[in-house]
Amino acid sequence: MNWVDTIVQGILLGGLFALFAMGLAVIYGVMRLINIAHGDFVVLGAYLMLSIALTAHLSPFAAAAIVVVLFAVLGYVLQRTILDRALGGDLLAPLVVTYGLSVIIENGLQQAYSADSHSLQIGALETASVHFGPIAVGIMPLLVFGVALAVAVGLELLFNATPLGMAFRATSDDRATARLMGVRDFQLYGYAAAISLGVTALASFFMGVKYTFTPTLGPSFLLYAFEAIVIGGMGSFWGTFTGAVILGVAQTIGFAIDPGWGILTGHLVFLAVLVVRPQGLFPKVVA
Amino acid sequence: MTYTVRRATQASKLAAAAGALLLVAFATLPWWSSSRDFMQLVVEFVCILTIAQMWNLLAGYGGLISIGQQAFIGIGGYTLVVLVNNLGVEPFLAVLLGGAFTAVLALPTALVVFRLRGAYFAIGTWVVAEVYRLFVANLAFLGGGSGQSLIGLAAIPVDLRQIATYETAIALAVVAIFGVFLLLRSPLGFALTAIRDSEVAAESQGIDVWRTRLAIYVIASGVTGLAGSLYFLSALRISPDAAFGMNWIPLLFFTVVIGGIGTVEGPILGTLLYFVLRQTFSGFGTWYLIALGALSIAIMLFAPTGLWGLVQRTTKLRLFPIQSIVNLNSVNPSGEL
Amino acid sequence: MSGPLLASRALAAYYGDFQALFGIDLELGEGERIAIIGANGAGKSTFLASLAGALAAKTGEIHFDGARIDGRDAASVARLGIALVPEGRRLFPSLTVEENLRMGRFAGRPGPWTLARVYDLFPVLREKRRAPAPSLSGGQQQMAAIGRALMANPRVLMCDEVSLGLAPAVVRAIYGALPLISADGIAVILVEQDVELARKSTDRVYCFTHGRISLSGRSAELTKDAISHAYFGV
Repeated sequence: MNWVDTIVQGILLGGLFALFAMGLAVIYGVMRLINIAHGDFVVLGAYLMLSIALTAHLSPFAAAAIVVVLFAVLGYVLQRTILDRALGGDLLAPLVVTYGLSVIIENGLQQAYSADSHSLQIGALETASVHFGPIAVGIMPLLVFGVALAVAVGLELLFNATPLGMAFRATSDDRATARLMGVRDFQLYGYAAAISLGVTALASFFMGVKYTFTPTLGPSFLLYAFEAIVIGGMGSFWGTFTGAVILGVAQTIGFAIDPGWGILTGHLVFLAVLVVRPQGLFPKVVA
Repeated sequence: MTYTVRRATQASKLAAAAGALLLVAFATLPWWSSSRDFMQLVVEFVCILTIAQMWNLLAGYGGLISIGQQAFIGIGGYTLVVLVNNLGVEPFLAVLLGGAFTAVLALPTALVVFRLRGAYFAIGTWVVAEVYRLFVANLAFLGGGSGQSLIGLAAIPVDLRQIATYETAIALAVVAIFGVFLLLRSPLGFALTAIRDSEVAAESQGIDVWRTRLAIYVIASGVTGLAGSLYFLSALRISPDAAFGMNWIPLLFFTVVIGGIGTVEGPILGTLLYFVLRQTFSGFGTWYLIALGALSIAIMLFAPTGLWGLVQRTTKLRLFPIQSIVNLNSVNPSGEL
Repeated sequence: MSGPLLASRALAAYYGDFQALFGIDLELGEGERIAIIGANGAGKSTFLASLAGALAAKTGEIHFDGARIDGRDAASVARLGIALVPEGRRLFPSLTVEENLRMGRFAGRPGPWTLARVYDLFPVLREKRRAPAPSLSGGQQQMAAIGRALMANPRVLMCDEVSLGLAPAVVRAIYGALPLISADGIAVILVEQDVELARKSTDRVYCFTHGRISLSGRSAELTKDAISHAYFGV
């Protein structure tokens, strides 16, 4: 196994995982909601991009832009109508509700698109690569990594340097007191859901280009996103980004050893972090 | 002041009588009915009901919401297969051993997942289930990704095997329903309910929350493994996806949550409903599943105590009374006690 | 303006089946300073929470500036100009001191209170502006919590037990800020355990006992005996 090549591929795969994870991190960070349908939204986005590109004769890039906006709106609406009602009580409600959503999305997709696999075609760009010495690095994976980095930076800025981000952090700390400040928490949650789904749509695009996707791929993406967040440590997007990269490297090394062991290696690294350092590798220190 | 404490209600006495009758009827079924398909259905029903009751014990009483119990269904199933196929163990002993081995594995599993709380615990259990699935799928001697059949049973006459499987299921049903009921009325059960109501208060009463939760996790997972063993004994074939697959989760959500979480009656109602709906609507494929998903959401948002909860609220019915009812017998004429 | 700025009529409040307040009639005039005293569990904090819109289970009426506000939620009440400094300070732990103060701005009301003015009132906060809120001492946190409420430029400031757990010198410093707050015409409700402090810093006092008003009157006129009697219900 060419170690350098494997690790580089792993890091770039981590970029895609980071995009999976960012949306989940936003929603969990603000509302403490684990959206079990998160991975299914990634898949849903890709199917929507496919359909829009085909029916409106647009390039997948244009379709992606449309779906990002569409998803942001969908996120807001979903939050205000269904998810808000599930919050605030015990843990079971959000789990069952988002699980129900997951079932609906998966089966709806199967109904609409059958179980055949599809992919987003972007032509030559998909396989174009660039050479750094002896290593060939795909343009798309580099692009994904770059976008993921930009998203991480963007989210950190949003949360730490804007009033909206400050409101997010305050409400996530203490919802009742935030209300006393005049923060309209339900509206705020809507914005968080909109951001979460918008970012997730970006993940949809790159996933759709990289993989052939089927309606049932969602849950595995959720797991990767979740593992990235836990490995990296809760509370910071940089932590999530790093966790995703670690997961990507772990999986890629596992695959190189034996294809059946790729995903399992990632799970094992996750469990190891859980046992040894449950707060994650880079948790944000909150007193 | 004198008082009496009673634990049964009118309804529960009736239910107990009806239950005894039902039990006799079902236990003797192979001799008065020739429908082997129905027997198979009953076995499946019992397995699912048991798994549902165990999940209810964990989530509804223990406050441990796990979406990874399929790990133990799978461990139970594969243990059975290995014992029967590779080690030639007598099948019904193998079922019991399947449960026991699952309980053994549940202990280290708990030590890992108990480091997480809440939603993180839930997904952590799921990851663990995935790990088991992938592990098993990678091991050739277990049949790999496509699984294997229970060839070790080929020597047993079909009719005998089917009846024996069925009666084992009836026995399991009694354990699942009655056993849970007794557990909840035991000190462990009360500790659980106390923890569910208020962890802090329970601890101040000397209840070791961690130990209690561990005990319940191991017990529930072990019995889940037992049900898994029986399930695959009846199915005659196992594969990693069937054993450890995610399909078990919506099943549990549906039977327990829609039936009524946190009650003994709820999962029974939920499992019944699930089977009725499945037999009636399964021809509709994905639309049926979409409807189930939507129904789960609706119940969770608008009737979180489930169908049995609705029944309880309107009729105050308790078929499995867990609480004690205190009747005050007399008060002095002057109003003193 | 005729009539009081803020008033409750026959206000009752519940926590589930438990009734915490029984028919409270209370008035606060424009620019007035009143104190609510009473033993633990008397319902003082519950009352403030009800006024602030943080407690949904209540009957009776709350009037503010001539309009009924008892149906409004907490965010909406805050935006009207009623600010609560909650019991236990409740600063946001993930935020710095300055960010906590800025959170007060979300009520969106214009007025003289700015970051600079809050820092002038409590200079120690300026020193610690970039520190994480939990790193402050109890007294400093209390100042920050009051500053945060002032940033909303409220018409009514409600303080729940600001002296609790603080050293006398710190309490003096905080209470010393009151005249400046009143000078802007902000009406103040102080919930206080320390009866003397309450009496000295306010115009009128209400005493709560078991969810009811057991005594009310002008601070200067109430005798210690009368207060003890009402306070302990003896």
